[in-house]
Amino acid sequence: MSTPTLPPGLAIQKADERIMTLNVGPQHPGSGHMRIVVQIDGDYIVACDPDPGYVHRGEEKMAEYRNYVLNIPHLERPVIHDSCNILYPYVLGVEELLGLEITERAKYVRVIAAELNRCVYTMYWLAIYGIFLGHSTMFMWPAGDRELLIDLLEKMTGARVTHSYFIPGGIRNDLPANFEDVCLRQVNYFEKRIKEYADVFYDNPILISRTEKTGVLSREDAIRLGTTGSVLRASGVDYDVRKKEPYDVYDELDFQTNVMKSGDSYARSRIPWLDMMESCRIIRDALQKMPKSGSVRVKLKPNPKGGIDSVYKRIESGRGALGCYIVSDKKPEPYRVKLSVPSFRNLIALPHLLIGEKLGNMPSIYWSLNYWPVEADR
Amino acid sequence: MSVIAPNFKLSEFIKSILDVGFWGLLIFVLIGFPAAFIVLFYIEMPVINGELLTPFLALTWLADPSRTLPIIKAFMTTDLFRIAAFPGFGFAALIAAGTIFVERKMLAKLQLRVGPFYCGKIEGILQLMGDGLKLISKEIIIPAKADKPIFWAAPVLFVATAAAFVSLIPVTPGWVVADVDVGLLAVFAVIGFFPIITILSAWAANSKFPFIGGIRALFQMVSFEIPLILSFLGVVIVTGTLNLSEIAASQSSFPWIIFFPIGAIVFFITMLAELERIPFDLPEAESEIVAGWLTELSGMMYGLVQLGTYLKLYAFAGLFVVVFLGGWNGPMIWPPFPEEIITKGIELGPVTAQIPGLPVFSQEMLNGAVWFVLKTVGVIFFILLPRGVFPRIRIDLLLDLGWKKLIGLAFVNIFIALGLLYAGILGPGGIF
Repeated sequence: MSTPTLPPGLAIQKADERIMTLNVGPQHPGSGHMRIVVQIDGDYIVACDPDPGYVHRGEEKMAEYRNYVLNIPHLERPVIHDSCNILYPYVLGVEELLGLEITERAKYVRVIAAELNRCVYTMYWLAIYGIFLGHSTMFMWPAGDRELLIDLLEKMTGARVTHSYFIPGGIRNDLPANFEDVCLRQVNYFEKRIKEYADVFYDNPILISRTEKTGVLSREDAIRLGTTGSVLRASGVDYDVRKKEPYDVYDELDFQTNVMKSGDSYARSRIPWLDMMESCRIIRDALQKMPKSGSVRVKLKPNPKGGIDSVYKRIESGRGALGCYIVSDKKPEPYRVKLSVPSFRNLIALPHLLIGEKLGNMPSIYWSLNYWPVEADR
Repeated sequence: MSVIAPNFKLSEFIKSILDVGFWGLLIFVLIGFPAAFIVLFYIEMPVINGELLTPFLALTWLADPSRTLPIIKAFMTTDLFRIAAFPGFGFAALIAAGTIFVERKMLAKLQLRVGPFYCGKIEGILQLMGDGLKLISKEIIIPAKADKPIFWAAPVLFVATAAAFVSLIPVTPGWVVADVDVGLLAVFAVIGFFPIITILSAWAANSKFPFIGGIRALFQMVSFEIPLILSFLGVVIVTGTLNLSEIAASQSSFPWIIFFPIGAIVFFITMLAELERIPFDLPEAESEIVAGWLTELSGMMYGLVQLGTYLKLYAFAGLFVVVFLGGWNGPMIWPPFPEEIITKGIELGPVTAQIPGLPVFSQEMLNGAVWFVLKTVGVIFFILLPRGVFPRIRIDLLLDLGWKKLIGLAFVNIFIALGLLYAGILGPGGIF
């Protein structure tokens, strides 16, 4: 029998009896909307090929056909749980293109909404991290407690998850009456609740024995691979866009960044939880410093057109630095919108971390990268 | 005005009732009677009051209600009743169903939610029935390249093995399906079938995730069987018997957990591992290998495996109670049967009803059953609890725990038993 001729670029791989190829995903409880092709030798992973793109929706292309305001609702779809933060760089960029200066109160309200949304996202992420490790209580508790903040955001914006709250020129509507008191009460209770997670989850000896010293990402590798956000901070790099390039009023608020040195799955899972407490601090501080009254919205022209210009803005989202690059060509629609998402940057570290690990560590390492498949696909 | 049944006619209604009655009677006489007689002819009949129970006598309860209780009592002495109803399958399945309901509700309360709520009037008590109906009505899908006979047989074998395990557990004095002298060895022999069935099912499915799950289950069960066997040896050494009924009876004054807490702890942990419960549910670790060796099972095949799992859970809890917690022994809390009902009968106005055959169960038997059930439910509660508290452990940590720590602790337990034996505290000629 003659060997079959293959199209150029393809080669028959020699089968190894010891190696088993597993398709983890997209229809797999431990994958999310993506596929990880894992090759295992016994219990050890010898090769890993993450394959994102399952839920690619062409958000960036869609943005070229809608005007600057109509882009808002669909651009937040990649991460509906973090919808304020994913809109933030776009809105900041559009404001710079249009040369708008927004009011002080709107800036504070934006910060509050963004921090609330970061907590909502992190709670969802934490719930999935819990169920990935087989801890069903840690699935239910965050999923229930995030309702507190979702209620607050619903009071602010009118929608539970897809808020479309930030618009060029400020925010869509002012805070409801008596919001400050309700917000302070709910946030204080929320902080008390998430501190209880240490007892059931973060100080659990089985969790620590399972995630400590697994998937260690060294400081050098974390910088070299271009990871951002909690993954970078867990490896000992003190980098937070809110501190390094403060936007809106983050330079006036009192908070700190959490850094851990070990760079293992445990540190990566703990940093977002610590960040939530910082978010509570930020929210309380912002509620105090916020101007009690005033306009929250600057009027736009009926059909906003930017100049021939390009702008790049970055913010710190729940997963890391989230950038948005907008090119304008003096038309109502942007010429190009590019979202530079943290999930995709963190995913690059996955094959690096998984090779040589045990199959049982795969869920904890994968989800500790603070990765949101839909965002990576855009 | 709404009409519920517009075409209703009383005459047709009465006719239909008469029709049903006629055909029912005809079928009962033509098929039911011969079938009952054939069955009664072949079953070995008990002797009541020195009189062999013939099919005719068995049917005399239709004419003479006072014969009902003796016939029921005679039926309860048969093996069929023991296997199908009381210490056997029916009783265990009832406790298993209760366990599933309690597990779901308890876990829900722990996690700040309500759990099953809508099915059934009270707190979703019929949810299990609904789930069972769903599983029965679902299509059974067999993978195309599966080894079909083995794949079909595995869930059935799983339930059969679990039921065999249940049959060895003595519930109250004299009430055990199989009272074998090497009871503990029989238990280990039966437990030894589970990994084989698991790996057969996993291999026959011819799929990757079940295969990995099956191998994991094999690892886990085989490596935890050794500490399981060793953890019992302390009790076996001091009692000098392998018969589970005798082990339970030997604890009439105190349970063995007082002297062998280490053995009890080792057994409890190995029990969790053998049952594949969190934190040892690696063979079904869903975020890694979908549902492990259950991945390709669908419909009632999955339901059977779940039934077997919960039967196994009951049997392990019962074994723990029998060996370490004193089995049926406990203070007498069941009230004695009132004597005057036996001697004088029940006064119903002008009539005094004499009911022969009372009491149906002795006071000791009922008291023992109550204590056994109470202790078993307590142990099951502690088996369920880790599910709300612990994450899943990893396979290397699991094997490390099984081979290094638990076997060491089991040997410590054995040395404690030997020390107590040679010091003359326990065992033959001991203080207790």
